[in-house]
Amino acid sequence: MAHAHHPSFAHEGGHEGHHDLEELRKFGFWIFLITDCILFATLFATYLVLREHTAGGPGAKEIFEMPGVIVETFILLTSSFTSGLAVLALNAGSRKGLLGWLIVTILLGACFIAMEVTEFLKLVSEGHTIHSSAFLSGFFTLVGTHGLHVSLGICWITALIIQLTRHGITPVTQRKVHITSLYWHFLDAVWIFVFTFVYLMGVR
Amino acid sequence: MAQHNAIGHGDHAERHGSLREYVIGFALSIILTIFPILAVMNHWFGNTATFLVLLITAALQFAVQLLFFMHLREEERPRYKLMTLILGLLIVAVVVYGSIWIMEHNMY
Repeated sequence: MAHAHHPSFAHEGGHEGHHDLEELRKFGFWIFLITDCILFATLFATYLVLREHTAGGPGAKEIFEMPGVIVETFILLTSSFTSGLAVLALNAGSRKGLLGWLIVTILLGACFIAMEVTEFLKLVSEGHTIHSSAFLSGFFTLVGTHGLHVSLGICWITALIIQLTRHGITPVTQRKVHITSLYWHFLDAVWIFVFTFVYLMGVR
Repeated sequence: MAQHNAIGHGDHAERHGSLREYVIGFALSIILTIFPILAVMNHWFGNTATFLVLLITAALQFAVQLLFFMHLREEERPRYKLMTLILGLLIVAVVVYGSIWIMEHNMY
């Protein structure tokens, strides 16, 4: 796939070999995302198998509070859009626009995490912990793993912002913007399934 | 990656999406999120129909993310990204559906 000579890459990356390597690294990241899909598949499978096993405690219908979750969903959806706008700003060569949209993206991500932590804390304070039932173990593990991914994404994009302010737009930071953006879209896609299969199907 | 047709002709809009593409994708995802929420909250459909509506809207939203935001369409041949994605989704389907199917028979 990495062809030896692409004259057209030259004006973009400085020297071609380097640019091809960046393309290969992007594909490597894509493969990581696919394996991450499989990780989430196992957690979804566990949750879906165990969701009726409430050990006499409350089920999904009793404990999920939809208004907060719906707001979380729209926040994450919007952040996926703004991370796309960051890539557009990058393509237009605007460092200011790129940094601005990346900051908006992590702020939206932070709002999402804050709401999720609040939801978890409320559940725990009501006595619904990860130990309560197989249903809640599956729930906290699945939703918590997604939240951990988002938190990691926030740290990662923050580091990228620091790098961009120091080094500007280079082939390396360019590739990093692309893969963080892919990662962020991927997290939104996973959340769509969490929202659908855990929350909407839970309260239906 | 063999992308020399797209890269190098200075056409950035074709390379990583245009604003129009992102806005359409965003609008579609909002519609595909609001519709299942309303369907569940207002009990528009029966139990099985709601399940199907949720399944279809989630799958469509996933497609929107892939096509409008992750630019899967723009990949040049050979389409390694698409191939790895299909392999991944196959494993996902086997793990999720297989677990549910086998446990249905084990638990009772």
